[in-house]
Amino acid sequence: MTVRVQPDLFDAGAELGRFAQDRADVGAVVSFTGVVRDTRGDLQEMLIEHYPGMTESAIARITDEATRRWALADVLVIHRYGPLKPGEPIMMVATASAHRAAAFAAADFLMDYLKSRAPFWKKEITSDGASWVAAKEADEDALKRW
Amino acid sequence: MNIVYFAWVRERIGLPQETVETDAATVQDLIAELCAREDRYAAAFADTSALRVALDQELSDFGASLAGVSEVAFFPPMTGG
Repeated sequence: MTVRVQPDLFDAGAELGRFAQDRADVGAVVSFTGVVRDTRGDLQEMLIEHYPGMTESAIARITDEATRRWALADVLVIHRYGPLKPGEPIMMVATASAHRAAAFAAADFLMDYLKSRAPFWKKEITSDGASWVAAKEADEDALKRW
Repeated sequence: MNIVYFAWVRERIGLPQETVETDAATVQDLIAELCAREDRYAAAFADTSALRVALDQELSDFGASLAGVSEVAFFPPMTGG
């Protein structure tokens, strides 16, 4: 299990290539990469703020819960903070399991919880100014699925 | 007690953290004390349904006791992922 909270750019492909690579018991690897999206064509930067300390413990709690619910051989979570450019990766999760159902479900679960229970806040800097991204009610509702 | 603020709460109050001397029994009492101090606190805490609170880095609620707590954090709903 690996959790990294970092300002640096990462290579999702290279991370995935290294993930669970020597595990003979793994039959399925699922990954998700979140990317900075320029919705209206005027995004200059996305600024991600976080709560050092609580971020790491909140993510650890979420990954622990995932490994309790599903038989996972390995889990990877990388989440960036600081200034990010459009098109850059924000975060990724990867899950490895014997079969695909557990790997898919665990990745979905991790994403739902990281969205609403990991202390990150996104601010969009556009040519018009800066605004904080509001949490969506649908994101909170998504937690009820689990 | 250490109080930390994030995102627009930090911007509205104008600082990322501060140390306060308080006898507040609950989070709600602490908010009332802060709001009585200056308008910028009242502006930040005007609608607590738009806020979340963490006590010693664990999500909590506004009715929670502050007994034994050393760090209180106020922030908007999280937008990770």
